[in-house]
Formats: sequence, C-alpha cells, structure tokens
Amino acid sequence: MNTCAERLKNGIITENPTFVMMLGMCPTLAVTSSAINGLGMGLTTTAVLVLSNAVISLLRKVIPDKVRIPGFIVIVASFVTIIQLLLQAYLPFLNKALGVYIPLIVVNCIILGRAEAYASKNSVVPSLFDGLGMGLGFTFGLTCIGICREILGAGSIFNIQFIPDDFHITFFVLAPGAFLVLAFLTAIQNKLQMPSATNTNAGDADLACGGNCAQCVGSSCAANKGILEAERVAAKAAKAQAAKEAAAKKKAAAQKQAQDEKKSDSTEGKED
Amino acid sequence: MSNLLNISSSPHVRDNSSTKSIMWDVVLALVPTTVFGIYNFGIKAAVLIAVCIVTCLLSEYIWQKCMKLPLTVSDGSAVLTGLLLALNLSSTFPIWMAILGSIFAIIIVKQLFGGLGQNFMNPALGARCFLMVSFAGSMTSFTHDGITGATPLAIIKNGDKAQSVADILAAGDGKAQEVTSVLNMFLGSIGGTIGETSALALLIGAAYLLIRKIIDWKIPVCYIATFAVFVLLFGGRGFDLMYLVAELCGGGLLLGAFFMATDYVTSPITPKGKIVFGILLGLLTGIFRIFGASAEGVSYAIIICNLLVPLIERVTIPVPFGKEGVKDGK
Repeated sequence: MNTCAERLKNGIITENPTFVMMLGMCPTLAVTSSAINGLGMGLTTTAVLVLSNAVISLLRKVIPDKVRIPGFIVIVASFVTIIQLLLQAYLPFLNKALGVYIPLIVVNCIILGRAEAYASKNSVVPSLFDGLGMGLGFTFGLTCIGICREILGAGSIFNIQFIPDDFHITFFVLAPGAFLVLAFLTAIQNKLQMPSATNTNAGDADLACGGNCAQCVGSSCAANKGILEAERVAAKAAKAQAAKEAAAKKKAAAQKQAQDEKKSDSTEGKED
Repeated sequence: MSNLLNISSSPHVRDNSSTKSIMWDVVLALVPTTVFGIYNFGIKAAVLIAVCIVTCLLSEYIWQKCMKLPLTVSDGSAVLTGLLLALNLSSTFPIWMAILGSIFAIIIVKQLFGGLGQNFMNPALGARCFLMVSFAGSMTSFTHDGITGATPLAIIKNGDKAQSVADILAAGDGKAQEVTSVLNMFLGSIGGTIGETSALALLIGAAYLLIRKIIDWKIPVCYIATFAVFVLLFGGRGFDLMYLVAELCGGGLLLGAFFMATDYVTSPITPKGKIVFGILLGLLTGIFRIFGASAEGVSYAIIICNLLVPLIERVTIPVPFGKEGVKDGK
C-alpha cells in the first residue's frame, strides 16, 4: 500500500502533469474558461485514466510489444466512448461545454504516457493508483487555471458571481488569457522552487531519460543502466589509475630533478 | 591625468541622439495631436491622457524597484507608451480600464520580455488590443460634442455602396445633427479616439519627425500607398477620391503609420525590410477594414506585423560593401 500512496503523491505534486510535466496542454488551454469546465474535464480524464491504466496493466502480458500503441489506443478509446455516452445522458451541460475535447481525450498524451511509462510495466493496483494520482493532479491544475480565469474574466467562482458585470475582463475567458494565466501560475511555482519542467534537479543524468530509474523496473532501460553504470565505474577506475600513474611519474621526475640539482651543485662546488 | 584610453572598435557614432532624446522628440511631435484631442473632446480627454502617462511611469518605476533593475523611467519611453495608449482610447473610456491597460502595456508587454528594446510588440498597441478584446463596448463607443454615434469610417462601411461617400457622410447615422464632410475628417472635428481624429495635427507631428530624421519615410509611405491602392482596387466603390481621402483621414491609419509602425524596437532596421513591412501593413489593414467585421484594422495589422519583424529582417539583410556578386556566402 506504500507504493499506492507514493503514486498518488507523485501524480498530484512531484510529477503534476500540468505544471511539472507540461503534458496535455491542448485541453488545459482550451476548456479552462471556467472552474466548473476545468473540474469536469479533469474528472472525466481521471475516470478514463484510472480505467485504462487498470485494463492495460491487466493485459500487459497479453499485448504484443510491437503493436502495443494501437492496443492502448483501442482500450483508451473504448473508455472515452463510454464516458462520453454517460456524460450525454447524465451531465448534458458539461458535455455541451467540453464539446469536441471529450473525444479528444483519446489522444491526450497524459493517458498514453502513463500507459506506456507505468501501466504496461506494473501490476494492477499500483497502476490504478498511478492513474488516480495523475488524474487528480491534472484536475487540480485545470481547476486552478479555471478558477483564476473565471474570477478575472467572469467575476465568479463555480458560477457564483461576486463581481458586477461592468468589471469583467473578457480577455481572460478567451484564448490569450489561458496562455497568460498558465504562464503566471508556472512562474509562481518556479519562484517558490517547487518542482517543474524548468526547475528540476535531475542530478547527473547520464541517461537520455534523466536517469530516474526508480519507476523503470523491468524495462530494457534498466539493463542499459547496469551497463552504463559498469562503464562509469570502469571509467572512474581508469581515471584514478591514470591519475595515480601521473602522480608517480611526477614524483619520479621531481626526484630526478632534485638529484640533478644536487649533482650540479656538487660540480659547481668543484669548479670553485 | 589618467593614462587610460578608452578604445572601442568601429563604427564610432558621432551623434548626440540617445534613446532619451529620440523618445522626447516623438512626444514633442505628438503635442499638436494631444492639444487638438483635448480641444476636441474636452477635459475628459486631458484626464485620460494624464492617467495613462502617470500609470505607465509608476508601473515601470515600481517594477524596476521591485526587480532591482536599473531605473529607466527618465528615458521617456514609458511617457510615450502612456501617451500613445491614451490617444488610442475613446474620450469616454472608463478611468480604471485605462489604468489596467497602462499596467498591461508596461508590465506584460514590455517589462516581462526584458524592458525597452526587448518587447516583441508595440506596448501601447498591445494594450489597446487587450482592452479591445476585454471591453469591446467601451472601446467602440465614441462621443463627440455630447452625441454618441458611429465613427465616419463605420458610417461609410455600413453605408449603401451605390450612394456616394459625400452623401452617406452628410446623412450620418441618423443621430448626428451636424454634417460630417471630408474636410471635417481632415481637420479632425469628428468622433473617434482622442488622437486619431485630426489628420492635420498628425501630419504636422509626422513632418517634424521626418525633418529631424527620427523616423524613416519608408515604413509610413509604403504603408499608406499600399493601403490606398488596396482600397481603390477592393473597396467596391471604384475610383472615388472622396472615399479614398475618407479612408486615409478617418480612423487610426495616420497615427498608426507615423507613430506606431515606426517604433524602433518593433520595426525592421534593414532598408528593404522597412519596405516589406510597410507593404504588409497596408495589405493587412486593407483586408481588415474592407473584408473584416470591424471598420478599423490598423492596430491588429501593426501587432501582427510586429511579430513578423524577425523573419523580415532575416531575409532582407543587406550585402556589405565588397561582398557584391557573392551569393550564399561562397
């Protein structure tokens, strides 16, 4: 169960898809014109993410490696269709507000990314929680942006208006406002030194993926890491050896010079 | 006496002009327009201009103090931004919106991108478009002599194409009592934003800038000429001289062409680039005015072309002396 809690924290804070990984920018910018739209989009994506992660994790040994992407897409698309039909039936206003962005969840890179990076390599329960964490992180990001835009652009939060009509700045409900609010929220996060795409402490990343192997168990990359690690150790050893030899040479040279000086001293002495 | 000599590589600029002197020259060139705007629209216009300038100065000062940057308030660029923004607003524009626009111009368009010289679009026009998108109602409500009505350009745009421009203007939009003529449009006693109404005042300022060589003739001349040709070809009124003059004098074309398209930071520095820039501006303005929904299109045309400036400069780098005949660096 410890992994599950870690997965939740990872999704919501450490690797928050909106503010840290900058994934799924299209729905992030397009549907967050109000808090309720952001929350609705986030929760819809969460539902799809949890279900698709669980099913992909269940089928991870059945799906052949070569056709895994089409396999994932079919699974994700099935769930998106189910969710869309449910929304049409029970939350028609949300369905109308989100419009084309519901079918577009199929190609949301967070869902495919989690399937590829986590669910296809881990057992069902951690995958489920991974999906839940990522989904809640996405919901959190979208709702934050939605609240900011709704307050500035429409003077309300969750449709409860508290600023009169004359003082609404329509700019923030339109597309440029989305970019501006996202940029400001990311800037605040950078200022507070929270993890983000531009504020990461990856350490010495010898690997293309950044060397974060804690989540990469069982992939071919882990084996690569072993090889690279061995190479690094060997290189270190070679360097140390070279340094040792150089030091020894230097020492010998110094000794020789001292001897030469001694000799010359003695010869000079003789000349006197 | 110090034995140190300051050595720098050529070219050695022997000229007294500086950012500061250029900015104040442009402000000086805008004085006729400002004075006429205040005469035309009364004390409200004066208050709006003062508010915009003070807000721009204050927001630049506070930002640079907070970010511990060198203070550049005295170079006049913030004053110019504030003045241009105010000249682009309707005289009845609410004060708090003008303050918001000024802050947007200085903080978001200018300082966030690195201050003067780094801004990717004209701050005053960026703010105008921000206000236009946010408060379309207040931005397009023009009052002149106590009567709220459409601008001459809007009247012409909505007018019957079979009627002559003079007739349409004389009929007005049914509210104005006085007869609007093309002469009024040239002198400026018409409705519109504070700075755009008087073509005469704008031309006086533009002449000053051209004589002092603050601005180059290429951008405004190419801009206005391209626009004029475009209007004659696609305006749908044939060769109607009155229509052409009305399109040139009404609306923000002259203000934009002489004072905002020529902004040093956001226009190309290469000679050929300036011509390309002017032609693009003319085409876009023509398209926006004739085929667009709004009667006005200068501000959007200029900020779109501002974004294209790096590309224009890249393809129009002049060949240095002695490199003629050499192609592709071979």
